[in-house]
Amino acid sequence: MNRLELTGLATRPAQVWGGIRLVPLVRERPVEGLRLHEELYPDHGYGVVDLGPRAHYASVIPHGFVADWSGEGEQSAAYGTQLGAPGTRPRTARLQRHRHHRMAKRRPGDRLRFLPLHLALEGYLALHFGGPAVAWEEWSRQALRDGLSPRAEDAYLGWSVRGLGDALRVFEIHPGQCGVMVYAADALAAAFVVPHPDDYRVLHPSLVEDLYGELIHQYALYGAPVPEFSARIPDGPGLRTLAGLREAARAQERAWAEAHDTLFAGELLDTSYAFDRVYRMGSFTLWRFLPPFRTGGAGQHIGETITDHKGQVAYLKTFRLSEAQIRRGHLLHRLAAADWRLAGAAEALGTTREELVRRIRAAGFESLLRARA
Amino acid sequence: MTTSNGTDAGLVAAEDVLLFVNAAITATGQREFRSTAYQQRLSLDFLHEYVRVNYRRVYAAALALDINDHNAALIVRGLLEHAADASAGERRAEGRLIAARLAKLPPQRVYRLFRALRAAGVNNRRTRAIMRDWLTARPDPAHDAVKYRAGLKTAARHVHLRFGGAGEPDETGDFLFRPGRRTSYRHGLLDAWRRAHYEQGAVEELPLTVAEGFAARRGMKREVFLERMAPRMTRLERLRTLERRGTGKDARPPADVDLAVMPLTRLALYVLSLGFEARRGRRAELTRALRAAARRAAGPHAGSWGRVAAVLDDSYSSSGSGEKRRRPLAVALACHFLLEALAAPGAYSALWTSGRTDPLLVRPWGPTPLGSRVLDALELGPDRLVIVSDGWDNAPPGLAGEVLRVWRTRLDPERRTAVVHVNPVYDADGFDVRRLAPGVPTAGVRDAEDLPALVEIAGFAEGRTGAAALYAYLDRQVARFVGDDGAGATS
Repeated sequence: MNRLELTGLATRPAQVWGGIRLVPLVRERPVEGLRLHEELYPDHGYGVVDLGPRAHYASVIPHGFVADWSGEGEQSAAYGTQLGAPGTRPRTARLQRHRHHRMAKRRPGDRLRFLPLHLALEGYLALHFGGPAVAWEEWSRQALRDGLSPRAEDAYLGWSVRGLGDALRVFEIHPGQCGVMVYAADALAAAFVVPHPDDYRVLHPSLVEDLYGELIHQYALYGAPVPEFSARIPDGPGLRTLAGLREAARAQERAWAEAHDTLFAGELLDTSYAFDRVYRMGSFTLWRFLPPFRTGGAGQHIGETITDHKGQVAYLKTFRLSEAQIRRGHLLHRLAAADWRLAGAAEALGTTREELVRRIRAAGFESLLRARA
Repeated sequence: MTTSNGTDAGLVAAEDVLLFVNAAITATGQREFRSTAYQQRLSLDFLHEYVRVNYRRVYAAALALDINDHNAALIVRGLLEHAADASAGERRAEGRLIAARLAKLPPQRVYRLFRALRAAGVNNRRTRAIMRDWLTARPDPAHDAVKYRAGLKTAARHVHLRFGGAGEPDETGDFLFRPGRRTSYRHGLLDAWRRAHYEQGAVEELPLTVAEGFAARRGMKREVFLERMAPRMTRLERLRTLERRGTGKDARPPADVDLAVMPLTRLALYVLSLGFEARRGRRAELTRALRAAARRAAGPHAGSWGRVAAVLDDSYSSSGSGEKRRRPLAVALACHFLLEALAAPGAYSALWTSGRTDPLLVRPWGPTPLGSRVLDALELGPDRLVIVSDGWDNAPPGLAGEVLRVWRTRLDPERRTAVVHVNPVYDADGFDVRRLAPGVPTAGVRDAEDLPALVEIAGFAEGRTGAAALYAYLDRQVARFVGDDGAGATS
C-alpha cells in the first residue's frame, strides 16, 4: 500500500468564503463497522504525551478522536452529561488529565483513542530521531548521545488561520457528507474524511482546532479572495428543450468533480507515501504516512488514515508541510541513506561537502555538527 | 421626482431607487447568517446617506412603501437632521409623510427615534411640531407614561410639552416630573404603578413589560406570573409567551390565543419555533391557522395568479442568525402558504431545495441546489415562478442564474412564464439583496404578506417599464399613503 484510495467518495461543488475554499466529499453509503467520536481536553489543550521510556511530545492538543469498531455504533462519548436508565449508577465523568499515554491507546471495548494530526506530526518529528548511526568525526557529542532531540516544528491553530472559522461556520453541509478538503488561496491545506455522515456533522467544527502549516497561515493572511467556479452553460445547438438544459447543467457538475480530483487534489492523491502501521483494529488499520520529501515540487502532506481490509480510506486527516519542513525531511533522508557520511551525502545530493554543512546549519540542525566541521 | 426622459441617467436613478427600496425592506441592522451587525449597519448607513443626498424626494417617498420600521425611523431621522437641504415645498411634503409614517410605527420605535433626535441635538421648530403632534395624538398619555416612562419623559422635555392646563399641571406631568408630590392618582394605571411598589396585586394591572420588573423584584414565579398577566398582554406578547404558558405535555395553547388572527410571517416563525413532535401533533390546527392567515393576506388577489410554481430555500443559511432566528426560512414558509392562496385552486406546486415535501416539517439544513430546483419547477410549465432564497446558490454556484438566463433567451423568449426572485436577506457587501441573474427581477422581502406589492415593484427592475413608470408608481403610493391618514400633516 503506497497510495491513498478515496474510492466511494464523490466530490460536490465547492463553497468559497474569502480566501478559503471548502470542497465537500460525499459518500453514497457510510463505512460500516467504524464510528469516530471526539473527546475534549482541558487546560486550553496544553498536553504532553508519553511516547516511550524517555520520549515526550508536547503540543496544544485540544481534542482527541476515539475510533469505535465495536459495531454498536450509536453510543458516543458524552462530555459531562450522561443519560441512563434509572437505577444504574452513572459512570463518573472525568476530564482527561492532560498527560496522555501514547499517541494511540486502546480503550475498554473495541475502542482506540488517538490524537489526530499529532500522530502524524510525531511521525514526522521522529524521522531519523536517533541521529547519526555511525560516529563520524563531524558529528557533535550531543548528536551522538541524544540524536535530534529536542526536535521542534511550528504550526498554527485553525483559529489563527484568517477566514477559516467563518468559512466553516457558513459552510452548508451536504447530505451524506463524510469529508472535506480545505484550500487556502487554492493551496490544499488539509483533507479530512470520516466514516459516517453523523460523525462528520459533529466533527466539522473541530477543523478549526486543528494544526495548519505556516504556508497556509500566510496564504490565508495575505491571499486575495479566491473566485468561485460558477457554472457556465454555453449556448449550443442542443439547448432547445428543458432536457437539453438539464443535461448541460449535469455536465457542469461532472466537469467540476473531474477538475477537482485531477487539478486540485492531484498533489495529495497522486503521490506515493511511506505508510507506517500504528494499530490494527479488526478489519481496519490505523496508519500514518510520510511523503517522499521531494523538494521544489508540489505541496507534500503528512497525515494519518484508517483503511478497511480493501485499502479504502475510512478516515483521513492530513497536514501540509511547508517548504522548509520538506527540505528538512529531504536532508535527513539523504544523510541517513549515506550512513551519515557527509562526503557520501554531498555526492548523492550533487553538491560539495561545505555546501552540505551550510545546508545542515541553515536547516536548524546546527547542534548536530562539531564547531570545526 | 426628477422626471425621467429615458436617458441612461434616468435608468441609473431608477436602479438606485430600487436598490434602496430593497435594502429598506430587508435590512434591520441586525446580524445575518453571513455578515455581522456592524457590517450591516455600516452598509445601511452609507446607503441612506447616498440616497438622501442624491434623491431626497425618493428618500422621503420611501416612507410610503412597505419598508421596515428600522429603516422608516432612520429615514425620518435623516430627513429631520438634514432639513436645511430641502426647499420649503419639499419640507411640507416630507412633514406630511413623516407624520403619516410615525402614526403607523410602533410607539417604542418612535420613542427611540425621539431619543436619537435629542441625542443628535435636533431641535428645530419643525421637529418639535412633529413630535408634539405625535405625542398629543397618543390615545392615553398615562399609559405611555407608565409603559414608556423614560421615552415620554425625554420627548416631553425635548419639545417643552405641557401636560394639562396652563396653571394646573395634570397628574401625568406630575407622575413624570414630580414623583412623590401626589399621594394617589385618579388614573388607574398611574395609581397601579404607585401601588405596585408595595402591593403585589397591583402588579397585574400594569402592562407586561413594566410588570416584569416588579415581578422579578418580588421573585414571582414566571409561569404563575404569565398566567395572571395573560389578559393584559398584547397580541404578540401572547404569542411569544405561549410556550411558557403551555400546560405540560399536550402543549395546547391557552384558549385566549387564536392563532388564525396572527400575521402570516409571525405565525410561520412561531410554527418553526416548535419541535417536530409538536408540529406533527398539532398539524391540523397549525395548517388551518397558516391557511387562514394566508387567505387574509392574499385579500382580493386570492386565486388570481394562475398556475404558480415556487422554489423555496430551506438550506442551512436560511437559519438566519442569533438575532434573526430562522427568519429567511419563516419567510419561505409564509410565502408557501400565501402562494397557495394566490394561485388558482390546485394549481400550485412548491419545491423546497432540500427535496422535502412536507412544508410543516421544514428545517434549515443542507446546501442550496437552486439551479436543479429551478429546472424542476420550469418543467411544470407554470405561469409564474417565484423563487424565495437568499441568493447564495452553491451546488453548483451560479447554476440557477445560468438556467434562468438560458430559459429567458432561448426557451421562453416570449415570456410566457413570469419569473420573480424575492430575497429576505440584505447583502451588506453588495448594498442590495443578492441577485440570481441580471434578467430576473429581484425584490427584497421582510414580511411575506407584502408579496403582491413586492412583485409589482420587482416588475420595474426588469427594465421593460421605464423609469417614468416607477416614479409614477411612487407618486401614487405617496398620495395613497398621505391621503389615508394625512390628518396630522404638519409643515
